[in-house]
Amino acid sequence: MASSPSARDKKPSVGRRNFLKGTVGGAAALVAASHPAPAQQQEAARSATAAVIPQEHDPSPSVEVLTADHPGSDFMVDVLKAIGFDYIFANPGSSFRGLHESIVNYGGNHSPEFITCCHEESSVAMAHGYSKIEGKPVCVLAHGTVGLQHASMAVYNAYVDRAPVFMVIGNTVDAATRRPGVEWAHSVQDAGVLVRDFTKWDDMPVSLQHFAESAVRAYKMAMTPPTMPVLLVADGDLQETPMRPGEQPHIPKITLASPPQGDSAAVAEAARLLVAAENPVIVADRCARTPAGLKLLVELAETLQAPVINQYGRMNFPSAHRLNQTERSRTLISSADVILGLEVWDFWGTVNNFRDQLHRTSRPIVKPTVKLISISSTDLNTKSNYQDFQRFSDLDLSMAADSEATLPALIEACKRLLTGDRKNAFDARARKLAEAQQEARERMLAEASYAWDASPISTARMAAEIWAQVKDKDWSLVSNNAWAQRLWTFDKHYQYIGGSGGAGVGYGAPAALGAAVANKKYGRLSINIQNDGDLMYAPGVLWTSAHHSIPLLSVMHNNRAYHQEVMHLQRMANRHQRGITTAEIGTTIKNPNIDYAAMARSMGVHGEGPITDPNDLAPALKRALEAVSRGEPALVDVVTQPR
Amino acid sequence: MRGLIFTILTSWALFAQTPTSAPPGNAQNGRKLFENYGCYQCHGREAQGGLGTGPRLGPKPIAFAAVQRYVRQPTGQMPPYTAKVVSDKDLADIYAFLQSVKQPPAVKQIPLLSNSPQ
Repeated sequence: MASSPSARDKKPSVGRRNFLKGTVGGAAALVAASHPAPAQQQEAARSATAAVIPQEHDPSPSVEVLTADHPGSDFMVDVLKAIGFDYIFANPGSSFRGLHESIVNYGGNHSPEFITCCHEESSVAMAHGYSKIEGKPVCVLAHGTVGLQHASMAVYNAYVDRAPVFMVIGNTVDAATRRPGVEWAHSVQDAGVLVRDFTKWDDMPVSLQHFAESAVRAYKMAMTPPTMPVLLVADGDLQETPMRPGEQPHIPKITLASPPQGDSAAVAEAARLLVAAENPVIVADRCARTPAGLKLLVELAETLQAPVINQYGRMNFPSAHRLNQTERSRTLISSADVILGLEVWDFWGTVNNFRDQLHRTSRPIVKPTVKLISISSTDLNTKSNYQDFQRFSDLDLSMAADSEATLPALIEACKRLLTGDRKNAFDARARKLAEAQQEARERMLAEASYAWDASPISTARMAAEIWAQVKDKDWSLVSNNAWAQRLWTFDKHYQYIGGSGGAGVGYGAPAALGAAVANKKYGRLSINIQNDGDLMYAPGVLWTSAHHSIPLLSVMHNNRAYHQEVMHLQRMANRHQRGITTAEIGTTIKNPNIDYAAMARSMGVHGEGPITDPNDLAPALKRALEAVSRGEPALVDVVTQPR
Repeated sequence: MRGLIFTILTSWALFAQTPTSAPPGNAQNGRKLFENYGCYQCHGREAQGGLGTGPRLGPKPIAFAAVQRYVRQPTGQMPPYTAKVVSDKDLADIYAFLQSVKQPPAVKQIPLLSNSPQ
């Protein structure tokens, strides 16, 4: 990412009040003086509001103005502060050197504070994780070319997960002012095109006023459901050109849009169907954007005494609530007469069975008479190229709206339809559901007991051991783990952050760290159950966690493989009746085994392991938690069963 | 993926239920084959099952005939293991391994599970 000084570094950088401050001397000045840049060329590179060098104030050959007090990047920092960013997540890059300098000096490196990342994919994935906890974006800086290319996978994850990420990328659009060499390789005509298929909006401001308005617009758009990544280009000349004396571009007021609520007639019809149903089921995926969403879903479920299936796109519903029937998903879906899907990413996959055999087949798993209701903000913004929108589902009622925003009206509409008879029926249903839930829980605990003492350690045992150490603390699971979802008691919105969205490997470690950054100010214990293959994409996040003293307990789910791919290869080998013992070629991470604890220690993180005996796990976790309690990151490497 | 998980679990949900007579097999070799043939990938190295991938197979596996039938001609998501790649003799050894898997302690004897709040 580094770039070397070149001729452009030596060009006059002049404001009216500063041009006499320059020092004279050296070859640099002579070179600059003997090849003055034409004023019209500089003007083309600058905005209408940016300073230009008036002809009458051109420096004489012997006096070169080399300093300036207020570059455009200072104003950009004013804008970032006005929006309210707490952090900048970035790997340094010369195309935004002006903005970087303004952040750390003019802005005092506070609100936003610069967090040093070791890879742009980490920067964006950290921002993704941060947004899951804090409900708002941080700002990510990156090169407009090489940085954005690194970042693009993480941008796609955030897009598919409908997570708000705010990116500012550096670029120098004026070819006449670029430094020879690397800056040309780091410049692009249309920077945003690289990720335009999976961002909500992008812009390339050509003036500071334009930057301010577009930054506020971008933030508003990112935060309006469906929330998504947005991108602004910070032109290099706009960053580095001094502002004119007295120039004060206007920063617009930041007023977020109200999230879109379902049409009142559709809400009334949904309520009618739900109240009349004998076996309604609520399926929640990316429903609870905020803590309020969780409470509202509880209210709806209790109003209807209807079971809730949590598909874990967000922390939607308390795990121990008697109406949480996630363990009984298939049974409930099959017997439902009405299914309400709340921000369900894959409704078709929820109500159909698909077989991945030589001839791919599918069949519905629902009753033919079932009524399917969807409330989804995804219907408001679907793009064509990337196919994350899933197979089209036969719906009976579809609201293009934000589920969380629609829940209050739906709850009230349901309450208005309640009668004594329906309440009695609901109470009877509630008793059956509570009994069924208890039975399902007992089955689940029995499942967890198998391979309890095995080595490699079972994933159920690992989750149970972690839970024993953290359950009495104010914890937040900043990763995905199926056994933790089953064994732990989740009742707060910040206790779970959902998944990656696009299933692009490499999301887990940085997203966990970003969420931990958000949790830090609340004093929460962040816990990351970390897949080994994921960490190896960009392990530099360990260094970032140590450098910035981010308390985070990472427990390796180290099955020494890209295990999903092991199974896919096995499937192909079986299908072709050959190579039945070769599925680990190209899919495993062994020979040599990676010493993750040593890797963590090398980057300043407390490291334990590898742990292969389940009886060694609790002491190692306690030692790691002691480090975390001191405000440090810690990692425990656990060698595990595959899943 | 969620749909896939449901399918796998339900297709095999009753697999580990009833011990029954089976052809003689070598449990020790069966354990090796369980690894080599990749059974462990979805069902775990102790046949305990994997979340979203495959159900528990042992202890107390279902009848050998049912296992054999499903392995050769699975009706769910499991890829087929034909006799060309896993012989009947190897399958018998694998079955012997599944029969040899020890029953875990009862949940009430595992404090981390029995004391788990809910």
